[in-house]
Amino acid sequence: MRQQSRVKLQGRAGSFIAALALIGVAGTQATANESVTVVSWGGSYAEACKKAVLDPFADESGIEVRLESYNGGLAQIRAQVETGNVHWDVVDLEFADLARGCDEGLFELVDIDELPPAPDGTPARDDYFEGTFSECGGGGIFYSTVYAYNDESFAGQRPATIEDFFDLQKFPGRRGMRRTAGANLEFALLADGVPPEEIYAVLNTPAGVDRAFGKLDTIKEHIVWWEAGAQPPQMLADQEVVMSTAYNGRIFNAQVLEQQPFTIVWDGQVLDYGQFAIVAGTPNLEAARSYLLFASRVENMAAIGHYIAYSPTRRSGIDLISTHRETGVEMRPHMPSAPENMGRVVRNDWEWWADHGEEMNERFSAWLSR
Amino acid sequence: MALSLAAARVRAAALTLPLVAFIGVTFLAPLGLMLTRSVHEPLVADSLPDTLAMLKEWDGVSLPEEDVYQALGRELLSLHRQRSLGSVATRVNRLESGMRSAIVRTARQLRNADPGSWREAMIAAAPVWNEPKAWRALQRSGERYTLRHFLHALDLERDTAGNVVAQPPEQRIYLSLLGRTLMVSIAITVICLILGYPVAYLIANSPPSRSNLLLLLVLVPFWTSLLVRTTSWIVLLQNQGVINDLLVAAGLTTEEGRIPMIYNMTGTLVAMTQILLPFMVLPLYAVMRTIAPSQMRAAAALGASFGQAFVRVYWPQTLPGIAAGSLLVFILSIGYYITPALVGGRTGQLISNLIAYHMQQSLNWGLAAALGAILLVCVLFLFLLFNRLVGVERMRFT
Repeated sequence: MRQQSRVKLQGRAGSFIAALALIGVAGTQATANESVTVVSWGGSYAEACKKAVLDPFADESGIEVRLESYNGGLAQIRAQVETGNVHWDVVDLEFADLARGCDEGLFELVDIDELPPAPDGTPARDDYFEGTFSECGGGGIFYSTVYAYNDESFAGQRPATIEDFFDLQKFPGRRGMRRTAGANLEFALLADGVPPEEIYAVLNTPAGVDRAFGKLDTIKEHIVWWEAGAQPPQMLADQEVVMSTAYNGRIFNAQVLEQQPFTIVWDGQVLDYGQFAIVAGTPNLEAARSYLLFASRVENMAAIGHYIAYSPTRRSGIDLISTHRETGVEMRPHMPSAPENMGRVVRNDWEWWADHGEEMNERFSAWLSR
Repeated sequence: MALSLAAARVRAAALTLPLVAFIGVTFLAPLGLMLTRSVHEPLVADSLPDTLAMLKEWDGVSLPEEDVYQALGRELLSLHRQRSLGSVATRVNRLESGMRSAIVRTARQLRNADPGSWREAMIAAAPVWNEPKAWRALQRSGERYTLRHFLHALDLERDTAGNVVAQPPEQRIYLSLLGRTLMVSIAITVICLILGYPVAYLIANSPPSRSNLLLLLVLVPFWTSLLVRTTSWIVLLQNQGVINDLLVAAGLTTEEGRIPMIYNMTGTLVAMTQILLPFMVLPLYAVMRTIAPSQMRAAAALGASFGQAFVRVYWPQTLPGIAAGSLLVFILSIGYYITPALVGGRTGQLISNLIAYHMQQSLNWGLAAALGAILLVCVLFLFLLFNRLVGVERMRFT
C-alpha cells in the first residue's frame, strides 16, 4: 500500500523508475499485502520504537507494520502459542521473559550469525555485549530502573544517593516504587550497605531476603506503588510523591519533551536489557524475520536512542549515539551506560529472577497486604 | 392425544438445546477444566517418565545411582531438543527455587559433550544434583495428581517428611486475603442495603413523572462503563483530588493533613459500593412497586403508627427484594477485581487480584484454579446458608 501511494506521489516522470523499484522490492523481499504486528511497551518508549525502527522498516520493505502494546509477561504469548492462534508476530521483551520463553519454545530460534555485522565488519556474535543476546532475540537496548525527584519538592538539600531514598529523616515525604519485588529488593540491599556485586549472593540466603524486606519495612508506610512505566513521571509532576523509582527513559522524555524539572539519581541504578523476539508459529514468519534483521542493524538499534534515553546492546552502536531528534539534546550523558552514570550499578541478574521471581513476588504480595 | 402431548414436550425441550449447549461450552466446560487443573498436573510426569520410574525405588535420603543420573540426563537432553525443557523446569522450580536454571544449565552443558560419568557432568553443571532436595523436588513435581495447590492456597505445605504443616509466617497470605474478601463483600452488601433501601422506597412511592427521573439517575451510572466510574473516583478521592482540595480550602484539614481516601481499603469500599448499588436498588424497587400504598393507609386507619405499619406490613413484603439484592451484590463483589486493582492500593486488594496475578503474571494456573475453587466453595456454602435462612424461591429479581 505504502509503495503504491508513493508511486502516485512521485508523478509521471518518476513513475517508471518507481515501478522498477517496486518490482525489485517485491521480487526480493515482500509482496505488498504482507504485514507484521509488533508488540511493545506503550507510551513514549513505543513511540520511540515506531519512529526509529517500525516506520523506516515499513518504508524500506513495503511491509505493513502494526504496533500494539502490552505490559510485559509471557501469559498472552503462551496463550497464543498454545491455542495455535498467533496474532502477535514480534514482541519486545525483558530479557528474563525472553530467556524463559525461548526455553519453553514460545519464540522462533534466531541464528546470531545471520544477524547483520557491525559497520566495520565485526560479526554480530562479537559485537553484542556479553550475555545480552538470547538464542531467540534480535535488536536490543539497555534500560535502567533509577529513582528521580521533582526539583520543586526540595528547597535545600537534594537527594543524591540510593541511601537518601530510604532516609525519611533527611528527606521526608512519600516515595513511588514499582509494585513488584524486582529492583526493589536490590535497592533495599544497596541502601543497607551491600556492595552491588554481592547483591544476588546475599539474596540467595533466606537471611538476605529478610534483610531486604526489613529495609523496605522502614519506608513501607510512605510508599505509593505504581505499575505502568508512564505513572512515575505523572506522580512526580503532580507532586503526589517527592521521589519515585522509574525507567530512566520515561523520566528523560518528561524532562526534554515536557520541560519537567526532574532530576535522575543514577547512584544505585539497576541496569537491565531487552530484545525483540518472533512468536513461534506466526503466519507472517518471513515478514517477522525481515523485521528482526532490520531491527538488529546497529544503526537502527542506535536510532531508538535518538528518541528516548536507551542505548543499543551492541558495542559498535555506542558510537552512533548522538542527539535527540526532536530537541537536539545530546543523548550520551542521559544513557544508563554513560560512564558518569555507572558509578554504583546493579546489573540485573535475570537468571536469578527467573529462578526466584515467583517465590519473591509471592512473598512480596504477602508483605504488601500486611 | 398423550402421544402428541409428549411430542410437543420434546419439541419444547429441543428449543432449549441451543441454550444448554451454550452454557455447557461457555460455562460448565471451562469450570470443569479449571477444577481439573487444580489437582491434575501431568506435564512433568509425561516428560520425565524413565527418571520418575527409577526414582520410585530411591530411598529419599542418599543420592541416586549413576543410572538415574543417566536417565535424567538423556530425558533433559531430548526435552531440550524438543524445546519444551523450559516449561518442565518452571514446574520443578515451584517446589524448589533455583531448579529452573539448574535444569536448563544442565541440559546446555550435556548438549556439548557425551559424558563418561553422567553424575559428575551433571554435578559440575549444577551442584544442586549433589543434594537430595533436587531429587525430592523432581519426584514431587512428577506426581500426576496432587493436592499441592490446595495446600498452598490454604497457606499450608508439606515438609520434607511429607507432613502437612503451616507455611512460614512471612509467606502466608491466602487465608487472610480470603477472610478479608468475605468481610469486604459483607460490608459492601450491608452498605448497599442501607443506602439503597430508602432510594428504592422513594422511587416506588413517587408519582410516575418523578419516579422515572429518579430511576434514570440510578440507571445512568449503571450503564456507564465500570472503568469510567472507577477513574472518576480516583479524580475525586486522590490526595490532590477534588474532595481533599475542598476540605483544605474549607479549613477542615491542613495541607499536610490531607486524608488518604484512595489506594487503600476506603477506596475499594467506596468505589465498589457505588458501582454495585444499582444491583441492590433495582430488585428492591421491583418488589416495592408491587406493594399497594393502600396497605400502609389501611394499617394507619387501623391505628398503627408509621413505624408499626412499616415494620409489620411493609418491611416483611420487601424481604424477597432484600434477599435478591443482597445475594447479587454479595456474589458480584466476592469476585470483583478491576476496581480493587485500580483503587485498592496496598491494603484494598482482594483474593481475585491474586487469582488474576497467578493467571497472568506467575502463570501458576494450578494455584489460580485452586484459589478459584476455594472461592467457589465459599460462595456455594454461603448461598446454601442463605437459602436456609431466607429461601431462594421467595426471592424476586424483577
